[in-house]
Order: sequence, then C-alpha cells, then structure tokens
Amino acid sequence: MPDFCGLELAHPIVNGSGTFDAIAARRAFGDELDAAFPFSAFVSKTITLAPREGNPPPRLWEAAGGLLNSIGLPNKGLEGYLAEDLPELARLPVPLITNVMGSTVEEVAALVEALGEREEVAAIELNVSCPNVRTGLDLGADAAELGRVLRAVRPLTATPLIVKLTPNTADVASVAAAAEEAGADAVSLINTLRGMAMQPGRAGRPWLGARTGGLSGPAVRHVALAQVAAVASRVAVPVVGMGGVTSGRDALELLHAGATLVAVGTESFRDPAAGRRISGELSELAANRPFVSEV
Amino acid sequence: MTANEPLGPYRVIAAADPAGPVPAAGQFFMLSAGERWGGGEGGRPFLPRAFSMLRREGDELRFMLEDVGPGTNRLATLEPGDGLLVVGPLGAGFTPGDTRRALLVGGGVGVPPLCCLQDELLAHRVETTALVGFRSATHAAAATLLRDPRVATDDGSIGHHGLVTELLERELDGAGGSERTVFACGPPAMLEAVRRLCVERALPAQLALESGMACGFGACFGCVVSLRAGGYVRLCVDGPVLDAHVLAEVPAH
Repeated sequence: MPDFCGLELAHPIVNGSGTFDAIAARRAFGDELDAAFPFSAFVSKTITLAPREGNPPPRLWEAAGGLLNSIGLPNKGLEGYLAEDLPELARLPVPLITNVMGSTVEEVAALVEALGEREEVAAIELNVSCPNVRTGLDLGADAAELGRVLRAVRPLTATPLIVKLTPNTADVASVAAAAEEAGADAVSLINTLRGMAMQPGRAGRPWLGARTGGLSGPAVRHVALAQVAAVASRVAVPVVGMGGVTSGRDALELLHAGATLVAVGTESFRDPAAGRRISGELSELAANRPFVSEV
Repeated sequence: MTANEPLGPYRVIAAADPAGPVPAAGQFFMLSAGERWGGGEGGRPFLPRAFSMLRREGDELRFMLEDVGPGTNRLATLEPGDGLLVVGPLGAGFTPGDTRRALLVGGGVGVPPLCCLQDELLAHRVETTALVGFRSATHAAAATLLRDPRVATDDGSIGHHGLVTELLERELDGAGGSERTVFACGPPAMLEAVRRLCVERALPAQLALESGMACGFGACFGCVVSLRAGGYVRLCVDGPVLDAHVLAEVPAH
C-alpha cells in the first residue's frame, strides 16, 4: 500500500489529469463504476478561476502510437467546480486530488486557498504548463518563476501540493528541485509534449484548431522514463510518473525509475477500465518477480 | 467477433454481447481489436473507433463499416472468434417521442443508426419514409438494410441521379411534407444540407453526427461541436444525435 503525501492508497495506479471524467463515466457506465473504480486516487481535470470553453476544434489528431490534443482546458471555473462537481466527486470511493492552473500568482493563490479549505480535497495538483502572464514563458519551464509562485502559495494551505511538471523545458530536474525547495510535497510528470500535425493535403496548414497540441500515449513513454529517472534522482519528495503506460510492465518500469505512483492517461481512452487492469498486472508482476536489482 | 460479412463494398460485423445493456437507436460503441491494435503501420490505429449500432439481434450487436483507414481496415479484417473490445452503449440516441410520420435520410456509412430506428418506428406503427444516398449502385447494396428505401446515387447507376437531399427537398415540398420529423445520419455536407432545409422550414430534425473521438465517454473533450447559442457540446455525451435547430452548423470534419 503506497503512502503518498500521507494518503494511504490501495495500489499505485492513479489517473492523469484530464484523461478520465469520473462524473461523465458514472453517467455512461453506471454506479457500478464506483464499486470497481479503476484508480486508487482520482485526479480531476484542470480547474481555472474563471470558466473556459476550450480551444476551437479540431482538437484531436491520432499520432503514431499516440494522440495529439489541443483541448484547451475547458472547465466550469472554480465556483462551478465547487458547487456542481465537488459534491459528486466527494462520493468517489478514493481520495480526490484537484488539479488547478492559474496564470498569475494571485490566480494560483485564490485556487489553492479555496480548495485547501475543502476537506473533500485530499491534495492539490498545480498544472504549471501555462504561459506566465509576467514572463510569457510556461510557468513550469522556469525554475526561478515556479519557485516564486510556490513560495507565495505554500503558506496558504496545509493540504499537500503536487507540482505537475512540464516536459517542455531544458532541465526538468532543476525545475523539480526548485519546486521541492519551495515546499512542494510531490511532483508529477510528464505532461504532454508540445507537437503539431499538418492538415492532409493542405500544405503548411496545421490540423489542430489551436495550431499546436500535446502529444501523449506510448509514443512518449521513453521520454517519460528518462525524465522520471532524472527527477527522482534529484528530489526526495515522491514522484508520480506517467507517460504512455499501457500495461503493468510499463508501470513497473516507471516505479523502478523512481516513481511512487504511476498515472494512466491516454490508455483509459481506449479502455475505460485500463487502470484496474494495469494495477492487477502490476500486483501480479510484483508477486511473481520480487524486485531484483538489475545493475 | 461472431460474424464479418460483405455488403457491397462495406462489411457488416457482429459482436457477442450477451450481458450488455440494450442500446437505443442512434447510440454508439467504441470498437477496437483485442490484438494488434496500436502496432500497425505508422503506429496506427491507436484510438478506438466510434460506430453507431446497426441492429441488436439476440445477443449480438451489429455494425457496418467501410475499410477506409488503419482502424476500419483492422476491424474489417478480423475473423469470427477474434477478440473485439466493445465499449458502450454510449451517448444520446434518437428520441422519436410521439412522432407520427418520420423521414429517414441517410448517406453511405451513415445508414446504420437509421435501420434500428426504422425497426423501432415500424414496431410502433409510425409511418416511415427512407431516403438514402450512395456513391454508386455497388454502395447502394447497403440500402437493403432498410425497408422500402428510395435511393439516390452520385453516378446515377441506380435510383435518382444526384443527391439524397434533392429527394428530401422534393419530399418536404410535397403534400404533408411539413408534418414530418426528419432523422438523418450521413457525411457532414449531407447533414449540413439537411440541417439547412429543416431550419428554413422550421421542421423538427434530429441529426446523428460524427467526430473523431479519443474516448467516447466524456473524458477527453475532443469531439465538441459549436452551438448556435454559443459554446460547445461534447458529441459523445450530449450527442451523437443533436437537434438540428441548436447546432451552429455541421462541422466539415
């Protein structure tokens, strides 16, 4: 039973933010879903202070061994989340981690403060793959800026803070170290890799409505392994590893690379019960092949 | 998979689903092969593919598909006994309510959801007229899935030489045209023409749309379409069948 930021979880498999909608899934698959919930903790999609409609379609492109998406974080905003979604998510049989994003310190602070007060929220994950209004760079691409934001919001809550790191930066381990130093209780990675797809038959025209998107799925798994290993060897806080996991074996590799938990994302699109299958495969692997150092 | 049979240039495939819920006409399923899905040429197919149900017969779900890309190719070449991952029924189907006279308008691979809808309407003694368009007489083999269809083909090799929406326009302008409810599924250009014809005439119309989807159950927000009143809805949970009058337009892809 992994201990993650004081949460006792039944197994190490959680979902990646934005890849599983527990409320929509309950509507599609019925309440039985809760009885066999695929994850040991549920991570919400990203909540912002104001509601967002998301990016213009098309939003999806099937890539080689993966998916390029430019969804654009549509959500009801903090007020809508607290009023409509939180009561439903609180009924889940597993702890709730709420993912938030803000483009200024003030926005992040307002989100952290409001969610930190809610006992239904077991942890807060900060999505820092957002352009910083002050610098124009992604907040999570810049160790100093990320440290500045975290130091400002850390004192606002005792709820564990997880920083969801972006892979679109030169040195993810340094950003992770800055997050740890500024009081992050855990880090999670990788977020999607920035990518682009062209319209078939239309030279030079991007397919996605937002021009670029984020790549996920098995295509990014080896990037994830490298970044998780680099970060885990640099920080002492727990690491949530994710990127292209489709099997218990993939999950085990991330654990061996230093992750405490493993998130399943794009694979849940193909099979909504994938989390349950992967955690089953993982415990079978652990039972059959006790950890042996391969060095 | 329990069957895979040709129907003109299409395939009709069947999946055993003895324990599954009974789907409504217009609902869809996400299909992917149990083996070798994701490992094809160029790393595709990767995502499951969305198909409206053609019919449910006994414990079997039937779907019709055309081999046009890596996903449909993989499904089209599966054999009875091969594993098929079936997720569904998903989404909101047709809601005929107390419709007395129904006009079914279909095009190509959009015909299947109209078949189970027609079965249901006929069982309730609703008068149905089915208009279907295809590229050619070969493709029009799929018209046999419906009862008493009137066919249009692009090349005139069978039926009306032209668009199915021309048949629709004639029907709507004829006697009693304005008392109908239109139910349509087909390619985007056809659906957009149906939408315009029905909006102009203030005729009730339900359109079954298509979109690339990553998940089919509301998680990814990838399949949105624009509403006339502003904002987006997800086709997979708020559709795939939408009221023609709430749509801004039928998106081209």
